[in-house]
Amino acid sequence: MDVQLKRGILDVCVLAAIKDEESYGYKIIKDLQPYVRLSESTLYTILKRLEEAKMLTVRSAEHGGRLRKYYRITDAGRKRIDEFKDEWEAIMAIYRFITKEDG
Amino acid sequence: MTKREFLSRLNEGLSGLPQEDAAGRLAFYGEMIDDRMEEGLSEEDAVAEIGPAEKIVAQITKETPLTTPAKERPRSKRRLRVWEIVLLALGSPLWLSLLLAALAVVLTVYLVIWVVILSLWIVDLSLLAGFFGGAAAGVLFLTGSGGLSGLSLCGAGLAFAGLSVFLFFGCKASTKGAAVLTKRIALQIKSLFTGRRTQNETGN
Repeated sequence: MDVQLKRGILDVCVLAAIKDEESYGYKIIKDLQPYVRLSESTLYTILKRLEEAKMLTVRSAEHGGRLRKYYRITDAGRKRIDEFKDEWEAIMAIYRFITKEDG
Repeated sequence: MTKREFLSRLNEGLSGLPQEDAAGRLAFYGEMIDDRMEEGLSEEDAVAEIGPAEKIVAQITKETPLTTPAKERPRSKRRLRVWEIVLLALGSPLWLSLLLAALAVVLTVYLVIWVVILSLWIVDLSLLAGFFGGAAAGVLFLTGSGGLSGLSLCGAGLAFAGLSVFLFFGCKASTKGAAVLTKRIALQIKSLFTGRRTQNETGN
């Protein structure tokens, strides 16, 4: 798959994984497991990118005697998900056009 | 492998990254292992599930823009310690004068080489001047009184011209040779410093 396209989709996947409640790294990987297999280093890069784009916020909280980082979606992050839905509609329209030409 | 071994291997592999980035990644992997252990995996299994540290390092270096590690490495690896700076300052009367002497020697070698070349060119030019002078005087004598001396002057002028053309190629070749030689000396001196530094780095 096109790298740029895949990166955009994975970003939205991670945003979707935290859209209902804040989550942490390992849980995000597990929640996405049925759909995409994310490696830890890929997830780290995505989380960093989304944090820099202010689409999520990070906080460290104590858990079981150690610190764990929790990620919470921002309004900008929610907006990105909505945008993605619209973009995907446009892509699906193109897809239907392409497959119609084939048949 | 224990979590500690894994993280220390990872830390070694990521030494080329900016410190903050490497620390963030290490904490992230530490948390990943802890979370797996909390789910009931043994430490060994939790580390195994993350994958070999070497593979992770390879992936991270592939993802990170090339410029970052290349720029950061030489600086972050070797920083002058305080006592080194103090020693450098205290020893400056000694090493500074030695350095200046060395620079003077190198400069002198350069000058000697190029002065030889310069003198060759001057000889060539004077031969050429001899040709013009001989020819002019010869023509004057020929049109005036002494035919024989005019003729011999013309001949001498022609001989000078031949010699100067001959020497011209010699001069050109030796200039080229001197340029190559001085360049090689410069490179040699440069590699004395850079060569030692790269050896240190690969040794680490």
